[in-house]
Amino acid sequence: MADGSREPATILPLELRGVGFEAGGIPLIKDLTCTLERGPITAVIGPNGAGKSLFLRLCHGLIQPTSGTVHWGGAPDNPVNRQAMVFQRPVMLRRSVVANIEHVLAARKIPRSERAPRIEEVLERTGLARFATQSARTLSFGEQQKLAIARAWVLKPDVLFLDEPTASLDPAATHWIEELVLSIHDGGTRIVMTTHDLGQARRLAREILFMFRGRLLEHSEAEPFFDKPRNDLAEAYIAGEPLWWRHGETGTLKRQKPKFRNPTR
Amino acid sequence: MHDFGNAFLTALEMIVRLDADLVEIVGLSLAVNLSAVAISAVIGFPLGAALALFRFPGRTFATVLVNALMGLPPVVVGLVVYIMLSRAGPFGVFNLLFTPGAMIVAQVILITPIIASLTRQSVEDLWIEYEEHLRSIGAGRRFTVMTLLWDARFSLTTALLAGFGRAAAEVGAVMIVGGNIDHVTRVMTTAIALEVSKGDLALALGLGLILLVLSLGVNAAVYLVRGRARYRAAA
Ligand SMILES: Nc1ncnc2c1ncn2[C@@H]1O[C@H](COP(=O)(O)OP(=O)(O)OP(=O)(O)O)[C@@H](O)[C@H]1O
Ligand SMILES: [Mg+2]
Repeated sequence: MADGSREPATILPLELRGVGFEAGGIPLIKDLTCTLERGPITAVIGPNGAGKSLFLRLCHGLIQPTSGTVHWGGAPDNPVNRQAMVFQRPVMLRRSVVANIEHVLAARKIPRSERAPRIEEVLERTGLARFATQSARTLSFGEQQKLAIARAWVLKPDVLFLDEPTASLDPAATHWIEELVLSIHDGGTRIVMTTHDLGQARRLAREILFMFRGRLLEHSEAEPFFDKPRNDLAEAYIAGEPLWWRHGETGTLKRQKPKFRNPTR
Repeated sequence: MHDFGNAFLTALEMIVRLDADLVEIVGLSLAVNLSAVAISAVIGFPLGAALALFRFPGRTFATVLVNALMGLPPVVVGLVVYIMLSRAGPFGVFNLLFTPGAMIVAQVILITPIIASLTRQSVEDLWIEYEEHLRSIGAGRRFTVMTLLWDARFSLTTALLAGFGRAAAEVGAVMIVGGNIDHVTRVMTTAIALEVSKGDLALALGLGLILLVLSLGVNAAVYLVRGRARYRAAA
C-alpha cells in the first residue's frame, strides 16, 4: 500500500444492470443501472433510507439482487476476495486491536510471516499503534471506526467500500481519515464511499451518485454536480431542503449532459 | 444425631489425613468426569456450531433432538451403553464394560447434548452479529466456525461447567456400566450410594463434602478467571 506503483484495480469495471432488491415484498432498490470504472473516488449521497448502504452491499456481493445483474468486468476468480468493506456499524471481534487485524489476514490465508509488517503499517497509519493490545470493544466509537478502516485496508483490496467512514469522528480525525482515504486511493485502490458530509464528498470524490428512495437519480462528475445538479431532488438535497413531499419519486431533470446517461430513463 | 455428629467428625478426619481410599475415589471421579467433559467438548463445540451456522436437511429435527437429549435419564443411558458394551453387544469386542472407559462413554453421551445445545445458542447469537463482516472478508466455513467458537469462549465455559456439573453429580449411568468395583470403577457418587446403604455414613459424608467443595471450587475458579478475562476482552 505504500507502493504507489501498484497496478490499478483489476476487477473493475463494476456493472450494475437493472438491479432491483426487495425484502419482504417491498422494493428497496429499484431498477438501478450504472457502471463504475477504474479511477476516481465515488461518493454515494442521498437522504437517510435512500438505499446507499444496500447499494454498497449489492456491489460487494453481500446481498444478491432480486432482479438485474451485478457484474465485475475484470474478475476471473472470486471477486469478494479482491474487495473490502467498512460497515456503517463496524463489528468488533471480542479480541485485541491487533488480533482484529490479524484475523482478516488469516481469513485470506496470508502467511504468518507477512502479517506483522502489514499490521504494523496500518496501525501506524491509522494512529492506532498505542491501542494495539487493547480490547477492540473498549475503543471509543471513533477509534473503532479507524480500526475498521485499518482492518479493511490491510487486505490491500482492489476496491474498498466505505459506508460513512467518518460518521462519528471529530473534525481532526475526520480530516485525518480523509487524508488516509486519499492516500489509499493514491495507492491504487478504487474507493466507493457513502457520506452525509457534502463537504467531504466535495473534497474527496470526483464522481457522485445521488440516490433517493431506492433509485439512482443522478450519476455525475463531482464538480458540475456541486455546481448545479441536473436533478431537482438532488438540488434540493444539497441545498438542505426537505425532499419527501415536494417532489415525486424521481424528480425532474433540468438539463441533460452527454457525459453520463440518466439511469432513470 | 450423635451418630451423625460422629460420622461428620470421622469424615473430616479422613479428609485431613488424606485417607488413601478417599483420595483414590476422588482421583478416579475427577479423571472420569474431566475426560468425559473434554471429549464432549471436542464433539459438542463443532456440533453446536454446525447446528447454528449450516443449513442442511433435518437441521430443525437435529436441533430439537439435541435439546431433548439434554434431559436424558442417566439410568437409561447406562442401560443402553451396558447393552452396547456387553460381550454380546455390538461393541463387546472392546472389553470396556466395568472399566472407567465405559463410564466415560456413558457420560459423554449424557453431556455432549448439553454442551452442543448451549454452544449452538451462543454461536447463533454471535453469528447474527458477525455474519456480514465474516462474509465480507471471505472467511471459509472452518475459519468461520473457529472464529465464532473463540469469540464465544466466555459463554462456552458456561457450557463446560454445565457439562461438568452433570457428570460429577450423575450416579445412575456410571453405576450400571462401571459396576462400582472397588479400586477400579468406584467414584464419589457410586461410593456414596454404596456406603449409605451399608450404613457407613462417615465415608459417605466425607465424599459428599468433597463433592460439594469440588463443584463449588471449580465453578468459583472458572467464574473468577473468566470474569477477569472477560473484563479485559470487554466481551
Ligand atoms: N433487510 C431489510 N428488510 C427491510 N427493509 C430494509 C432491509 N434493509 C434495508 N431496509 C430498508 O431499506 C432502506 C434503505 O436502507 P439503507 O440502509 O440502504 O439506507 P441508507 O441510504 O444507507 O440510509 P442511512 O443514510 O440512514 O445510512 C431503508 O428504508 C431500510 O429501512
Ligand atoms: Mg447507510
